[in-house]
Amino acid sequence: MSIPIGPSPVLESPFPAHADAEALGIAETPAQQLWRTFRKDRLAMLGLYLLLALVVVALLGNLLTDFWVVFDPKAVRLPDKLLPPLSAASRALAKDLQPPFHRYPFGTDELGRNVFARMLQGSFVSLSVGVVAVSISLAIGVTVGGLAGFYGQRKLGPISVDSLLMRFTDVMLCFPTFFLILTVVALLPPSIYNIMIVIGITSWMSTARFVRAEFLALREQDFVTAAKALGLPEWRIIFRHMIPNAMAPVLVSATINVAHAILTESALSFLGFGVRPPYATWGNILADGRSYIFDAPWLFLIPGAAILTVVLAFNLVGEGLRDAMNPKLRKRAG
Amino acid sequence: MASESQKLLSIRNLHVDFATDGRPVPAVRGIDLEIAAGETVALVGESGCGKSVTAMSVMRLTEGRIAAGSIHFQGRDLASFADAEMRTIRGGQIGMIFQEPMTSLNPVLTIGRQIEEVLVLHQRLSARAARAQALGLLQRVGIPAPERRILQYPHEFSGGMKQRVMLAMAIACRPRLLIADEPTTALDVTIQAQIMELLRSLKEEFGMAVLLITHDLGVVAHFAERVLVMYAGKIVEQGSVRDVFKRASHPYTQALLAALPDPLKPARRLEAIPGRVPSPSMLPPGCAFCARCAHAFEPCIGRQPPLFEVAEGHRAACFLRDGEGRGVEG
Repeated sequence: MSIPIGPSPVLESPFPAHADAEALGIAETPAQQLWRTFRKDRLAMLGLYLLLALVVVALLGNLLTDFWVVFDPKAVRLPDKLLPPLSAASRALAKDLQPPFHRYPFGTDELGRNVFARMLQGSFVSLSVGVVAVSISLAIGVTVGGLAGFYGQRKLGPISVDSLLMRFTDVMLCFPTFFLILTVVALLPPSIYNIMIVIGITSWMSTARFVRAEFLALREQDFVTAAKALGLPEWRIIFRHMIPNAMAPVLVSATINVAHAILTESALSFLGFGVRPPYATWGNILADGRSYIFDAPWLFLIPGAAILTVVLAFNLVGEGLRDAMNPKLRKRAG
Repeated sequence: MASESQKLLSIRNLHVDFATDGRPVPAVRGIDLEIAAGETVALVGESGCGKSVTAMSVMRLTEGRIAAGSIHFQGRDLASFADAEMRTIRGGQIGMIFQEPMTSLNPVLTIGRQIEEVLVLHQRLSARAARAQALGLLQRVGIPAPERRILQYPHEFSGGMKQRVMLAMAIACRPRLLIADEPTTALDVTIQAQIMELLRSLKEEFGMAVLLITHDLGVVAHFAERVLVMYAGKIVEQGSVRDVFKRASHPYTQALLAALPDPLKPARRLEAIPGRVPSPSMLPPGCAFCARCAHAFEPCIGRQPPLFEVAEGHRAACFLRDGEGRGVEG
C-alpha cells in the first residue's frame, strides 16, 4: 500500500509512524513502515533490484540449462574452444550443439563449453547455496540463542544453560571456519548438499549471539511478563512473541551471511572441493579460467564480476535493512 | 482451612526473598492477605515495599524465592499446581493488568490477534468465534470503531486506549480475580478516572474481586473497600477504607495521608516523610519505620511490632496501639 506523504516534517518526529498513521487515519504495519524507509535508500534499492534480477536469472537459467539442449552447460564443442565473448559459433558444429543465434554471449572455455550457459547454471548454485546455508545457520542460531537467552539462568548441574550454550558458541567461533569447512568437505562425498549443510553449521554463531542479546532484553519487557500473566505457554511466548521481536538484527546479519556463504562456496569450488565438474558453479568456472588468464581473460573476469556483484548486492541490502530498522540511524540519515 | 475455602484468595505468612550476591534479601516479610469473592482490596505502599512482588507471587511469576508461607486460591494451594495447571489459572481465573500499558502489548502483533490468542488458548474458541468475542470485548471496554481498531498495532493506540485493551485481555476469560498493578500510574489524571470507572463497572458486571496495587491514596479512597498499607515488606495497617482514612492508626499511614495535597488549603506546605525507606538488605531488628517515626519509643528499636487490633477489622502494627486508649493525636 503506498501512502502519499510529502517531504515531511513527519519524518523528523520521534514517532514517525505513529504521527503519520494518526494524521492520516491509516493503519501502517511495521513492515510497511520498514519498506517506506528502505525505499529511500538508493544503494539498498539498487542492491534489491540486482538481487531480484539474480533470482529471475537463476530460476530461468535453471530451467533453460535443464530442459533446452542448446543451453547445455556440459556440451563440449572442441572446434569452438576459447572463443571470446560474442563470437559466432563455427558452422561445422552439429545442429543440436549450436548455441542460440549462433553466438556465445560470454565466449567459450577450453573445452568449447558455452560460458553463458555455465554462468546461468552457476547462478542457481550460488543462490541456492547462499539461501539454504543461511536458512540452516538461522535455524541453529535462533534456537541456540533463544534457548540461551530465555532459559539462560536455569542450572544444568554446576553451570547455567547460558554459559553452556554460549561457551560452546565461543568454541565454534574459535575454529578458523574456512579450514574447518575445507576439512569436512574433503572427508565427505562431494555434493552440493553437503556444502550447504557444512556452511550452515559453521556460520550460526553470530546469529546465536544476536538472538541471545535480543532475548535478554526482551525477557524483561512488560509484554513478555504480560504474556506470562495471561497464561501463555513458554513455547508460544518464545516463538510468537519474542522471536518476531528479535528478528530485526538477525535479518540484517542473515542477508550479509548469504553473501558470505556465496563467497565460501565459490572459494571451495575454486579450490576444487566444491561441486564436482562438469556441474558448473561460478567458483569452478573461475578456477578453470585461471590457466588461461592471459589468453582468455573473460573466463575469470565474468564469474569474478558476477560474484562481486552479488556479494555487493547482498551487503547493500543488508545495510539498507539495518538502517531502516534502526530508528537512531534513520534519523541521522534523514 | 475452613476460612481459606470461603475466601477467594488467601495469603498466609508470605515471605519472598531475592538472591543478591548470593545472600537472600527479603522483599516480602510475612504478610497475610485475604480477598473474598467480589471484594476490592487495595494494597498501598511506596515503590519497593514489596506490593508488586506480592502480586507476582500470586501469579507464581516472581523472580524471587517464596521462602515461607502459602497462597490459596479458591481453597487450593497454588504451590501444589503443576505448571500447566497454573497456566490455566493465569489469564483464565486470575487476570492481571500492569503499570505500563505502553509496553505491555507486543508491538509486532495486531491488537485483535493478541486478544484472540488468549481466547483460543483458554476457551478453545475457533478463530472466528474468538474474533467475534474480541470485538465484543473491545466494545465493552469502550474502544470506538472496534472493527477498525482490531486490525491495528499497539503503536497506533494511546496510553489510555492500550490500558483498555489490556483490560479487555485480562477479563477475556471472566476471571474471578483481577490484579491491577498500578493500572493508572502511567496515565493522565483524566484518563485515570476513566480507567478506574471502567474497572469498577467491569468488576460489578463480572462479579470479579480486584486486588488493586497502587501508591495513589486518592484512587484507593474512591475505589476500594478494604486497604492494606505495606511498608518494607510488611503490612503495617489494614482495615476498611473508611477506618484507615478516618482513623489512621500507624504513624506511617498518618504520614502518608498528611503528605496528600489538600485542594482546599493550597497554601499549606506538603508534609514529606523524613528519611528514607531502609534497604531490604539492612533492615533494623525492630520496627522498619522506627527511624523515620516521630512517635518512636523504646520497644520500637528491639522488637518488631505485631498487628494490634484497633477496632473491629482494623489493625495496625505499632506498639502505640498495644493496649487500647493511648491514641496518637490526629
